[in-house]
Amino acid sequence: MKPASFEYHRAYTPEEVVEVLTELGEDAKILAGGQSLAPMMNFRLARPSALVDVNTVAGLDYIRREGDELCVGALTRHRTLEISIADDVRDGFGLLPRAARWIGHYPIRSRGTVGGSIAHSDPTAEWCLMARLYDAQVVVLGPDGRRAIPSEDWFTGFLTTASGPDEMVVETRFGRPRAHGALTEYARRRGDFAIAAAAVAFDVVDGRCHDVSIVLGGVANEPLRLPEAEAIVEGAAPEEDTWTAAARSAAAAIRPGSDLNGDDHYRRHLVDTLTRRAFAEALETGNSR
Amino acid sequence: MNAEQAASQPDAAEPNTAIDAQATEPDKPKRWVGNRLPRREDPRMLRGSGRFVDDIPDPHAYHLAFVRSPVASGRITEILTEDAISMPGVVAVLTSADLGHPSLTAVLEREEFVPTTMPLLAKDRVRYAGEPIVAVVAENRYLAEDAADNVWVEIEEMPPVLSLEDLGRSDLPVIHDEAPDGVLVDLQMFTDDLLDDVLGSAPLVLEEIFRSGRVTAAPMESRTCRADWRDRDEQLVLEVSTQVPHQVRSGIAQALGVPERKVRVIAPDVGGGFGLKCVVGREEVVAAAIAMRMRHAVRWSEDRQENLIASFHGREQEYRIRAGFDDEGRFVGLEADIRCNIGAYSVYPFSCAVEPLMAATELPGVYKVGRYAARARGFASNKPPTAPYRGVSRPQIVLVMERLMDKAARSLGLDRVEIRRRNTIQPDDFPYLGPNGITYEPGSYVEALELCAAEVGKAGWREQCERQDGLLRGIGIVNFSERTAYGTATMGMRKMQMTPGFEVSHVRMDASGDVVVTSGTCGHGQGHETTFAQIVADVLAISPDRIKLRQGDTDVTSFGWGTFASRSLVIGGGSAAVAARRLADQLREVAAEMLEAEPTDIELVDGHAQVRGAPDARLTIDEIAATVHFRSHTLVQREEQLLEARGSADPPGMFSNAAHAALVEVDPGTGDAQVVDYIVIEDCGVVVNPMIVDGQVRGGVAQGIGSALYEEMSYSPEGQPLTGTFMDYMVPTASEIPRVAVHHLETPCDQTETGAKGMGEGGTIGAPAAVLSALNDALRDYDADIDFVPVRPADLLAVLEGTSNSERRLETA
Repeated sequence: MKPASFEYHRAYTPEEVVEVLTELGEDAKILAGGQSLAPMMNFRLARPSALVDVNTVAGLDYIRREGDELCVGALTRHRTLEISIADDVRDGFGLLPRAARWIGHYPIRSRGTVGGSIAHSDPTAEWCLMARLYDAQVVVLGPDGRRAIPSEDWFTGFLTTASGPDEMVVETRFGRPRAHGALTEYARRRGDFAIAAAAVAFDVVDGRCHDVSIVLGGVANEPLRLPEAEAIVEGAAPEEDTWTAAARSAAAAIRPGSDLNGDDHYRRHLVDTLTRRAFAEALETGNSR
Repeated sequence: MNAEQAASQPDAAEPNTAIDAQATEPDKPKRWVGNRLPRREDPRMLRGSGRFVDDIPDPHAYHLAFVRSPVASGRITEILTEDAISMPGVVAVLTSADLGHPSLTAVLEREEFVPTTMPLLAKDRVRYAGEPIVAVVAENRYLAEDAADNVWVEIEEMPPVLSLEDLGRSDLPVIHDEAPDGVLVDLQMFTDDLLDDVLGSAPLVLEEIFRSGRVTAAPMESRTCRADWRDRDEQLVLEVSTQVPHQVRSGIAQALGVPERKVRVIAPDVGGGFGLKCVVGREEVVAAAIAMRMRHAVRWSEDRQENLIASFHGREQEYRIRAGFDDEGRFVGLEADIRCNIGAYSVYPFSCAVEPLMAATELPGVYKVGRYAARARGFASNKPPTAPYRGVSRPQIVLVMERLMDKAARSLGLDRVEIRRRNTIQPDDFPYLGPNGITYEPGSYVEALELCAAEVGKAGWREQCERQDGLLRGIGIVNFSERTAYGTATMGMRKMQMTPGFEVSHVRMDASGDVVVTSGTCGHGQGHETTFAQIVADVLAISPDRIKLRQGDTDVTSFGWGTFASRSLVIGGGSAAVAARRLADQLREVAAEMLEAEPTDIELVDGHAQVRGAPDARLTIDEIAATVHFRSHTLVQREEQLLEARGSADPPGMFSNAAHAALVEVDPGTGDAQVVDYIVIEDCGVVVNPMIVDGQVRGGVAQGIGSALYEEMSYSPEGQPLTGTFMDYMVPTASEIPRVAVHHLETPCDQTETGAKGMGEGGTIGAPAAVLSALNDALRDYDADIDFVPVRPADLLAVLEGTSNSERRLETA
């Protein structure tokens, strides 16, 4: 469990990162928190020819509000969001700190970065679920400058994204702030990757649910939005029956497959439970918005 | 720490208060046995100044990496090493042929046992995925792994034998030619001609199948070693993370054909073993062979992936049971057909018969089963070999017996505690001769059960089970024994070619009055430096701080068997007590001469030798020690000088016992099961250090919960390991383990030097049964009848949905 040999580069600005990536070609990888990449290299499942360490890049560790968008710099550690009590976060995005608590263990949260998680795009990763839930824009910097990619186009398969090999994630812009949001996960042990996860967000206006998003993790190659289940909740009363109908729809919509943690049937059951619980929790823990 | 904090931490506060309280009683000598003495080992462990093999600096040592089989079964047709040898930093690339085909063979002297050879490196066959084939020696581990990637091994793949279902199938390739039917050991341990009749006429007969999954011990420190040839000593020195230094030495001597003197095995601090390190690893012997051959230090540190997929496993077993009960729920007969999937090889030196032998011999446990017959077989398979993992078959046999109790209680409408009470060996039955030919010395079997039930009542568990909050709760109560400290006579019945049992200790006092104790046992986390010192301190009437245990070095200690099978405190500690008593006699003799009294009138009290009845006539033990060393001319000439003694112990083996209770919660929404509270009543005779015993119990319970709910080594249908990391092989963490309340009963043992019985395994033994019983109880309204471990969320959901199969799927994938 030692990595194969690789070149090590260190960069100090996002532009320099792109420059080095362009020079090194597609076998080079960005090293941010290293919480997924380093183990994969130790198992020799990943054998990048070079690493570009971005921990020295300044100016990418921030959380700021721009209108309705919450902009999170790529090098913001999970822990920073987890403990954030800023009004900018609490107003409409109060779920994000709570979602961060589901990420691994304390050392992982202290080291891992939001941008790294989005770039790695694990289908159970909390920030990937949040990106889909809040219709985030992923901002990347490449040789031709910055571009923003909507989250629905960002995830292109298992651990693959719309990013080019010479591009670097610099920011994630979460949109559509809503009063109610919750993430529920199930794993055998605290801190493990979720076997399945369900995230919901919505507003309640005049006793009706509005602006509903539902995202599932761990049931497909990428975080999965569920428009049909969302439609069931949209305009319905925020009550148990609504959640049950949405959960049933969610469980029916997926083709999760089997692994050591359970078969297709088991994961559907989990999704049903988790979706119901996410709605119930979200209703209870509304944001200050 | 202020007073209030201290009061809230009884474990931390008690030792001092206990000792101080005794110190203030002038007439009563201090007694160290029974104290919660803080562990001598802890300060260095907690400060990072422990010395494990990987802490031994040696920048010049070569590093070893192994090319391992990528397939479960096959024939090696070609090995090409040229590319690897030419890589930078690579010193050697060695095959079995290069090393002269060394091997290890474990032998039981029984007709029903088929000895099979385990080559150190696979020779022409590979028998499990992960089996070592080629050893790569390089300047560091990175380069060694790079080169290992470039060794080409061509293997003609064959269909593997994997599951219990595959065992004995004639359409699958033979694993060892010596055993064409795959059976490496077939033990018909007990027969009873009347058993069929008894079962035929019994009012209740249960025919059941129980299974347990393959698990591994997962010690915190994986295996590691450093081998070096020393010209000055004409000796190979192997520093190795092991439980059994002398057995490693024998393994090396036998595999490499060198006399034992030429091998010195040193176990420095060892980060846990649990049986995984009580057998000799092939990789360790390869490291020794290479160091001898190259006359250069070489080290190998097993990584976690190797540890999980290529070290040793255990517990993959199936029990087919027929059990008969009378109308009152009392056993009338028990018949067992036990099959153990022992993996690809018989481990050295214990052999693959450890699990089958234990299972067949000790299945009845604390119960009077009436007529008894048992057959136990060990089958070869294309999975890693099994080692005697903590508990060895007893987690399974206790699970079997306790499930039988629960099932019979349910069938007959009896209370689960009452049916156990009726079947348990009673106090006036001792010494009890079981149908398994074992004589049980006194234990607190009934008392432990009653106390456990009472504690469950006090803890309010039954009220918790009535709560209506969407969770399902259940209680499991189990009662069992744990045979420990098997001496030579008992081990001899196994008929191993190398039969463990005895230990020899040396106790030596130096000129300042400090004492060094040696033992052939080899503590690796059990706190022996503390407990052995407590035992010897009481005999010599000096502080345990002045007593240092030396262990884990074949050049420092007498030949000994090491630490396993809950033997060390009883046998090693017993031999130290015997030696210390002889040393005490020597001290009394010298003191008598110096004080002009009779030796029989001298008593050792609180660091002094004094004349009984005349406490003013006394000497410090330091004065006596100094006199013996430096001023022997003032003493009469003795046959032997100095203060040194030797003692040995070899008890027959004795039963500790315990009752466990578990409270579990099941979430029907996810199938999740959590053990939320746990009670242990433990009786291991005289408790030398209750804090250490509590720690052993709690750690054992954690491992038992692991194998009940979380852990299983899983394989694909092709025999590929699917659980090669701690992400997939789920050892429970602190978050999954509940508080464990431990209560002690003390039934002193008259067969041991200290009155203590062994107790290293009981926690692990009782927990799977307690948890499984509690799970079935939690799902009682759904007719749960789960007879396997581990139980996963999907299994519990199947019960809730009415689609369960109590005997379960065999293979996960």
